[in-house]
Amino acid sequence: MKKFLLSLFVVATSAGYVLYQYVGGTPAAADIQTAPIAQTTTTTSGNSTPPPSTATQVATTQPAKSAPVKTQPTPISAPTPAPAPAPAPKPKGQYTDGTYTGSTADAYYGYVQVEATISGGKLTNVTFLQYPNDRSTSRYINSQAMPLLKQEAIAAQSAHVSGVSGASDTSAAFIQSLGDALTQAKA
Amino acid sequence: MGMPAVVELVGVAEAAPFERVFSLWDEIDARFSTYKEHSETMRIGRGEVGEADFSPDMQEVLALAERTRAESNGYFDVRRPDGVFDPSGIVKGWAIARAAAELRRDGFANWYLEIGGDIQTSGQDEHGREWSVGIRNPFNRDEIVKVLYPHGQGVATSGTAARGAHIYNPHNPAEPIAAIVSLTVIGPDVCEADRFATAAFAMGRQGIVFIEGLTGFEGYLIDEAGIATMTSGFERFLS
Repeated sequence: MKKFLLSLFVVATSAGYVLYQYVGGTPAAADIQTAPIAQTTTTTSGNSTPPPSTATQVATTQPAKSAPVKTQPTPISAPTPAPAPAPAPKPKGQYTDGTYTGSTADAYYGYVQVEATISGGKLTNVTFLQYPNDRSTSRYINSQAMPLLKQEAIAAQSAHVSGVSGASDTSAAFIQSLGDALTQAKA
Repeated sequence: MGMPAVVELVGVAEAAPFERVFSLWDEIDARFSTYKEHSETMRIGRGEVGEADFSPDMQEVLALAERTRAESNGYFDVRRPDGVFDPSGIVKGWAIARAAAELRRDGFANWYLEIGGDIQTSGQDEHGREWSVGIRNPFNRDEIVKVLYPHGQGVATSGTAARGAHIYNPHNPAEPIAAIVSLTVIGPDVCEADRFATAAFAMGRQGIVFIEGLTGFEGYLIDEAGIATMTSGFERFLS
């Protein structure tokens, strides 16, 4: 059991890194929910924003180009090559080629379900079949004009630091669903 | 509180100063923990303590909570949607600030204090360099995605928790906070950073705008697609 969990963890972290590489690049069309603040702003039609009592006046920007709010799962391809972030022991046993649907996992703010593709015995693709819908997108588009704030895709840093500040892992549901798919691939 | 706590006192060999900090935090945990049946928090929740009998520390935290609630237009609330009284959104930062005050009073100049990702530093590290803080990748806890140099400011990160989300939108408790996964706030001290990080996270994407509007605070928001949005003065903490 322990060995299985270790190999599962290793694969899951590598898969997590693969996914991470993707989101570090240019968001695909399906990432509509990002509706970057720097590019689109809107005028209000109703939804209230908390007015902070200590706020300074913030400059408004040009009216929105509207974006469709429908979100679709997108295949996320692994970049080739995809090195693991840290040296890791090779998982024991090959995966059987094919496509495997993982269980639906609860990420609190929605459900996550992934489909894993194995080619040549390796994980080569992860597709989201379900991921939490950004229902706040339509709210965002209706919200009042927002300032231009700089955005960037997050990217791993290799620097050594004194400490780390972080919210805890929100990828638990992803790993859970992927793990289930990989369990089937190993069988 | 069930979270890792770190105390680093540069150049200090004796155990006593460390023990004082941990002892303070143990006392605070015993009083405020929602995981301890007989904490003051839980007894208050069960109606076993009249308001007139609240401890001075509890009164102080509640006053801070009320101030945060007003300043965030209700987005910070120690009352959870299920009715449970839970001040944990500000106790962490408040506890670190208490320890920091004692260290300064006792003449310590170079130190690092942390409870569960909320951090307060002073002076320089053991190599004589500015303390550095990484922002954890919300999608991979083994990675950091940003390196900050807080220069003595407090750092707090709010986000969806591994144990089950503890962040609610008090204005719409049935709707979970979607779209954002992590909000790091840098403020004048860790208590201020913590209370506003918690409040702003409950606002969803608007949270970063709220922080932008607060003088003396900077923020770094990460959404579920891995896109970060930062306040206009945030980049001064990158070096």
